[in-house]
Amino acid sequence: MSDPKREWPLWEVFIRGQHGLSHRHVGSLHAADAETAMRNARDVYTRRHEGVSIWVVPSAQITASNPSAKGPMFDPADDKTYRHPTFFDIPDDAGAM
Amino acid sequence: MSDLFTFLTRMGDNTLVLGHRLSEWCGRAPALEEDIALANTALDLIGQTQMWLGRAGEVEGAGRSADDIAMLRDVWDFRNLLLVEQPNRDFGHTITRQFLFDQWHVAQLDALTRATDAPVAAIAAKAVKEARYHAERSAGIVVALGDGTEESHARMQAALDRLWPFAGEMFQDDATDTAMTDAGIAPLPSTLRPAWDETVRATLTEATLTVPEGTFAHAGGRTGARHSEHLGHMLTQMQWLQRAYPGATW
Repeated sequence: MSDPKREWPLWEVFIRGQHGLSHRHVGSLHAADAETAMRNARDVYTRRHEGVSIWVVPSAQITASNPSAKGPMFDPADDKTYRHPTFFDIPDDAGAM
Repeated sequence: MSDLFTFLTRMGDNTLVLGHRLSEWCGRAPALEEDIALANTALDLIGQTQMWLGRAGEVEGAGRSADDIAMLRDVWDFRNLLLVEQPNRDFGHTITRQFLFDQWHVAQLDALTRATDAPVAAIAAKAVKEARYHAERSAGIVVALGDGTEESHARMQAALDRLWPFAGEMFQDDATDTAMTDAGIAPLPSTLRPAWDETVRATLTEATLTVPEGTFAHAGGRTGARHSEHLGHMLTQMQWLQRAYPGATW
């Protein structure tokens, strides 16, 4: 194994597929700085014309929820179906929600 | 052989030979991200080759396809710059070669988009977008590695010292160039030099690299008079399948 301290920093890549939709997480990559991360993201993740906009974020800057706290974090929403706004008709011209 | 055919093979042989050189890194680059990026660039260049050599075959009118021209000629018929046939050596040499070429390539293609010859202008319009990205990428890496660690700086300086004498050939004019300029197709190579010098030196300065002082320039690639020994070795790899199994397709 290579020494992890000598690896380039990890970056998370977000790509917007087409105008009007939000950026989606597509994967991660290694790069020495933000400019290189952007170019690498272009080369690794948009080869088949997947995107019109790219965000790269240092993985270390992401605060993630703790998997062991999954119960208290998410289970309480299980039985609250009344929070789903399924009783409304969305007009067609409202577009993607 | 017409001047236009020679010009088209010069364009197509540059992208063919450099594209093949870059493909030699496939699966062997220093990082996964670089591996994919180099392969992308190689594929861009091979795609451009299909257009240039395809058009060359049409202009020649002898029924040769782009594949025929790429795979069934020997060293003395190639018209690429000596720079692009130089071996990959280390990553520093590969990137320096790419940087010196890309900076010329963008200027050349940009001028060709205004060619009076419609097919040439159309090919250039498609290729120049790809070349602009190649140029941005190679310049970025030159700065990162030149102004990087002690070892990366030393390797980049060694690469620049070795490859600099091959840059001058890009700007040498001959009778074919004059004919292309008179026909309103291509700029005279020497006219691209001042702008190239300016941007290349600015990037190399930012990369803390020293531009070699010598003005000697190797020549003989784009005229076909004297290729380096490396091209023949490369062609034995690139062409062996068509040589061993003529006409093979899949």
